[in-house]
Amino acid sequence: MSNAAEKTQSAQPLLQVKNLEAFYGPVMALRGVSIDVHEGSVVTILGANGAGKTTLMKTISGALAPRKGSVTLAGETIDGSEPDKLVRKGIAHVPEGREVFPFLSVEENLVMGAYIRRDKAAVRQDIEMVYDYFPILKDRRSQAAGTLSGGQQQMLAIGRGLMSRPSLMLLDEPSLGLSPLLVQEIFQIIRRLNKEQGVTLLLVEQNAQVALNTADHGYVLETGRIVMDGTAEDLLASDDIREFYLGQSAGDDRPEKRWKRKKTWR
Amino acid sequence: MDILQLLVSGVANGCIYGLLALGFVLIYKASEAVNFAQGDMMMLGAFLGITFINAEYADLPFLIGITLAALILGVFGYLLDRLVLRAIFGQPQFAMVILTIALGFLMRFAAGVIWGHDPASLQTPFVGKVWEFGDLIIPVVDAVIIVTTVALTSILYFFFARTRLGVAMQASSQNQMAAYYMGIPVKRINAIVWALSGVVAAIAGVMFAAKGAVEPSVGLLFGIKAFAAAVIGGLGSLPGALLGGLLVGIVEPFAGRYLPSGVGQIAPYVLMLLVLILRPGGLFAQISQKKV
Repeated sequence: MSNAAEKTQSAQPLLQVKNLEAFYGPVMALRGVSIDVHEGSVVTILGANGAGKTTLMKTISGALAPRKGSVTLAGETIDGSEPDKLVRKGIAHVPEGREVFPFLSVEENLVMGAYIRRDKAAVRQDIEMVYDYFPILKDRRSQAAGTLSGGQQQMLAIGRGLMSRPSLMLLDEPSLGLSPLLVQEIFQIIRRLNKEQGVTLLLVEQNAQVALNTADHGYVLETGRIVMDGTAEDLLASDDIREFYLGQSAGDDRPEKRWKRKKTWR
Repeated sequence: MDILQLLVSGVANGCIYGLLALGFVLIYKASEAVNFAQGDMMMLGAFLGITFINAEYADLPFLIGITLAALILGVFGYLLDRLVLRAIFGQPQFAMVILTIALGFLMRFAAGVIWGHDPASLQTPFVGKVWEFGDLIIPVVDAVIIVTTVALTSILYFFFARTRLGVAMQASSQNQMAAYYMGIPVKRINAIVWALSGVVAAIAGVMFAAKGAVEPSVGLLFGIKAFAAAVIGGLGSLPGALLGGLLVGIVEPFAGRYLPSGVGQIAPYVLMLLVLILRPGGLFAQISQKKV
């Protein structure tokens, strides 16, 4: 693998997933997934519908128990812990589809994001910090979250995730159902959060272009297996990714032959 | 004057319906299921109140008696959730409905064994006392019921709107998974909600026993009427529950007085049907806006 050297040279990863297997009922959704997320980085997991991306996120944040394999956070084994314990260990999960509290106000949603914290003054400051990143939320602070637009709800979900002061944030499809312009805006802010707040990000996306532009490192998940991984630049340059995830022609193929192209990892 | 007199007794009755409806709403908000044993929990509260306060039993002062009854039923509600209902956590809501109906049977049976089946009533310091304003006669017990209900509803409203735990309860009822991701201990919060509904049921029960006679099966019919009240208010809204209770309480005596006999008994359900036809989500509809 291209990043073998990179892996060995750096210290212990913040999040390490090893040979993870998980089931949805009788269906095997993860078939031995291993990923490393280093502190301060943005790592993305690409994959189509049903590849197992969300299952992987849920297994890391504790909503699903893995059948086999391990998850370690900063060296501590965390697989099998419940989500409310893992929040206290520094994992914030921003679920797919935003999942705000619809009848609570924007500000109450943010306060709930800080449920595990007791330092009221610092929570207040962090709410202002979230408002700095997402000024529209400040305008809507006393409005019920269910009345916000999809993009604003996504901003609120991310802001709410920040409120627990996570060391690792799991972002599940933040681009879902948003206009391209909004997607750009939200990913710029995600990048800033990583740089300015030092939050390590594990990002699941179908929108490979924008995800790879944001991330340092990427994994490709297909039917429960990691089939490819590398730095974001390498992946962006790879023929397979360009063909199957970015929808670009690999160059020298004649157009009428494109459907015959096979993924090289098969 | 006749109308005013009916109104006073209707409002006092309606307050008890309202308190019981509050219990339904609390549980519904926490677990999206209806606790059909709510009326029977009220009945237990009534008998506990009688046991603590009446001269032939413990003979404690009224306020101490009602506090003890509320505490015991609060612990009872908490344990009910921890020991019984948690076993079906994650099962379809139907399972919970059947389970609470069964629990209601058990409570009625147990109450019959412990306290017998003869009607009993509470000896209060204000029994039989009235205030007269010209022709209008206000029994003191009615005034006590109204004041208690207003106070309790205000406290609950403040608790849910302003305190961290109250807002967390709302959050976990609105989106359980997201609450879980925020580190809110959803299961413990469920148990606390059950405790709270036990406390409310006990207070409703003591008020009920102060006004009329209690026997083990009293919670069944009364609970169904209170459920109608909760539906009228829009299951899920605390002010709605109180308003629904008041409407049911007021409609009953008026229908009994001015309409053919028997109509008074079905009036609450007619009212519920009308509300469901005209405003399917109830008067304070919150459910209908909820996205699935």
